[in-house]
Amino acid sequence: MGNEVELLEKVTSGDYKYGFTTDVEMDLAPKGLSEDTIKMISKKKNEPESMLEWRLKAYKLWLDMKEPKWANIKYPPIDYQDIIYYAAPKQKKKLNSLDELDPEIRRTYEKLGIPLVEQMMLAGVAVDAVMDSVSVATTYKEKLAELGIIFCSMSEAIENHKDLVMKYLGSVVPQSDNFFAALNSAVFTDGSFVYIPKGVRCPMELSTYFRINAENSGQFERTLIIADEGSYVSYLEGCTAPMRDENQLHAAVVELIALKDAEIKYSTVQNWYPGDKDGKGGIYNFVTKRGICFGDNSKISWTQVETGSSITWKYPSVILKGDNSIGEFYSVALTNNHQQADTGTKMLHLGKNTKSRIVSKGISAGKSQNSYRGLVEVSKRADNARNFSQCDSLLMGDRCGAHTFPYFEIKNTSAHVEHEATTSKIGEDIMFYCNQRGISEEDAVALIVNGYAKEVLNQLPMEFAVEAQKLLAISLEGSVG
Amino acid sequence: MDKISTENIDLKIKLLEDFNNLEVNLNGESKNNIHKIRQDAIASFEELGFPVKKMEEWKYTNLKPVFKHDFKTVFEPAKTQLKRKDLEKYLVEGLKVNLLVFINGQFNEKLSSIVTRSEKIFIGSFSEGRISFNDVIEKHFSKYADYKNRSLTALNTAFAKDGAFIYLKKGVQVSEPVHILNIADASADSVMIQPRNLIVAEEGSDIKIIEDYYSLGDNHSFTNAVTEIYCAPNARLDRYKIQNDNDKAYHVGTTQVQQEQDSYFSDTTISWGGAITRNDLNAVFNGTNTECHFYGLYLLNGKQHVDNHTLADHKMPHCYSNELYKGIIDDKATGVFNGKIMVREDAQKTNAYQSNGNILLSEDATIYSKPQLEIFADDVKCSHGATTGQLNKEEMFYLRARGIGKDEARILLLNAFAGDVMDSVKIDELREKLREELSKKLIK
Repeated sequence: MGNEVELLEKVTSGDYKYGFTTDVEMDLAPKGLSEDTIKMISKKKNEPESMLEWRLKAYKLWLDMKEPKWANIKYPPIDYQDIIYYAAPKQKKKLNSLDELDPEIRRTYEKLGIPLVEQMMLAGVAVDAVMDSVSVATTYKEKLAELGIIFCSMSEAIENHKDLVMKYLGSVVPQSDNFFAALNSAVFTDGSFVYIPKGVRCPMELSTYFRINAENSGQFERTLIIADEGSYVSYLEGCTAPMRDENQLHAAVVELIALKDAEIKYSTVQNWYPGDKDGKGGIYNFVTKRGICFGDNSKISWTQVETGSSITWKYPSVILKGDNSIGEFYSVALTNNHQQADTGTKMLHLGKNTKSRIVSKGISAGKSQNSYRGLVEVSKRADNARNFSQCDSLLMGDRCGAHTFPYFEIKNTSAHVEHEATTSKIGEDIMFYCNQRGISEEDAVALIVNGYAKEVLNQLPMEFAVEAQKLLAISLEGSVG
Repeated sequence: MDKISTENIDLKIKLLEDFNNLEVNLNGESKNNIHKIRQDAIASFEELGFPVKKMEEWKYTNLKPVFKHDFKTVFEPAKTQLKRKDLEKYLVEGLKVNLLVFINGQFNEKLSSIVTRSEKIFIGSFSEGRISFNDVIEKHFSKYADYKNRSLTALNTAFAKDGAFIYLKKGVQVSEPVHILNIADASADSVMIQPRNLIVAEEGSDIKIIEDYYSLGDNHSFTNAVTEIYCAPNARLDRYKIQNDNDKAYHVGTTQVQQEQDSYFSDTTISWGGAITRNDLNAVFNGTNTECHFYGLYLLNGKQHVDNHTLADHKMPHCYSNELYKGIIDDKATGVFNGKIMVREDAQKTNAYQSNGNILLSEDATIYSKPQLEIFADDVKCSHGATTGQLNKEEMFYLRARGIGKDEARILLLNAFAGDVMDSVKIDELREKLREELSKKLIK
């Protein structure tokens, strides 16, 4: 067993492999939050008056709200006046091609192993790369435009598609939803906007790489995806962040709207800086993600692989409003060292014959705490609702914690709801079986963990699945049973 | 909303006044430890107040309707019209028991009967027990039930005056079960009663305890009961809590169990009646290799509300806990299940299982289910499952196809659903009685 401890230490002491800082001239707002800050952000982005009002309303709501304390996470109080709310790489003019991109930024992506050019050409993925808060490069836009698909940054969308944005923005996550959503609504600087017109099947995976860069700048992304009747879209979100000693706050909001017969698939690989092995530094990730199956026969599917951030507070949810709509949630959450994750989902069954499926796989190692918190609600009129939830936890090391907090609120007699959860460590017999066949302990753990998470990883698009598998392997390098 | 909260404060003020009166009448008791605990308890109740829905632990249970009534909180020494033969219907037919009768929380010696006589055993009332076994009571009283953070336990502790006290010395095995019969008599006034039970099973002792609650009369009754159970090493204890109140009764019951090494505890909580019922069952495993079972059944109709909260707290390694709660909910009733398994850092080799099944029979029935696992150790096997559904259509069809009527088939299936909880009752006569009651309740 001594060998195990040694190996475990090797894993837990593994350094964050993507830590570096890019030197780009930054356009910073002064620290702190006030109406003036919001007015400044709004003005910088040339927003219409109605948008500013919308932001100010959110700010006023936020002032009266309290930071939620119910989650199973601990962190020092955040000083919201000590955050820079606006940071944009200085840019003189809009870019037409990647060659015009700041070479420093391009090198950053290359270091991350996502050569933008190569990705554009080989993988056929349109990348809306977000460097801090402003989009610096949007690709494949023209090709998508032919189909009538709008895929652009939020600021562009507010400028060019004001009516569409104002109609749906805040319709799923209103400004008053929660503390972090209100904060985001007030100060969000950019994000992605996707609109898929009626009956169009988006021919490629839409993808955005987010990076947090400027020191002390909280990142407030706002993503809005609208799938019109009968359309389909698959959206990818992936993140890495440079190494920092100071905690950085990230409070994003993602809203998905699926109209009649539409389908949205939203996949995330999150690998932000988790802090060092003593729990110093790392990203605070407080995200509100919610989708609504607005029309009949629509479907929303969330898939997430969460390996980074020192704190993850994230509950991608689906409101099943349309009849026969389907909501899915697949999650792998891995925590190591002093990381804390409180993540899960909400499935709100409102329409008839709605179905939801929850598969959550938690892996905790080191001194980390990993919680699943989920709600399945079947309202009175949701006849024949069906839900299946499975929440498994895998424990590695005797100082970590795995917690499950499922909530079920069933108000309809025809509902069929099932929940299963297990918690265990990697069995000694399984390890023995592998070792006996000449598989080293390290490889065996990777094998077992990948098998354990496979149900979720299978849901990821190809390009992501590879990255996700690598991530799990890196995070658990030389791990033990 | 404001109106109700003032009423809520009214009862609080009344109880605080009652406590002051109680203080005055204590005569010389003011120096012992229990008195100090009382004072601490009332102080914490004064600070905490009655639970409100905002608290996570009370998210689904609203006590506000309780505070609408004007409760009588103080009682004269036992005065009752009830005769022995009136009690027959509450007893288990053909079972020889040690019967302890409490009417409005007061011990009634005339109606009670003790069949097991031994120097090594004490079965009786709390106040009686303090004469001969004061050291045992001082050692265990209020050591397990948390009066610092739970306001209703604090309230009960402050007023703890009477209740059952059962003490088994080392190695004693009692073959006749103890039956603690609690009757709330609300025929004259609405009453608030606070029974306090203490059960201490020393090393290697063995006993079965039936604790049941009935209510009489047209007025409302509000029972706030606390039972503390201590299982010393190798002790075995089976306990059956049956709540059979009428639809005017409110019941809040807390059971706190402390298990030492190699001990065994099994609890079956059956909720038949009551307007609002809240059961808190907490077991702490303070020694290794303990075994613990929680079984529960709630059968609700009308506008009933039953809330079962359980906690299996694995503090030590090599312990086993198993939980099975089942609910059948009809009409406009609401069921709540909140089960928690806590595995502390050092509790390696823990095996903990939990399962909750619910059947909703009507459009307006509601279930809130919250099975929780909190695990801080790695070498554990824990699982939980929860299901909610309706009667299985295929099973129904199978029975109907064989000429079994609709109602009969429904009763058969529901009886089977509740069967594994019923099987946990190890006293044959009691099990038969419960089965009959179940079948009767299932007939519409």
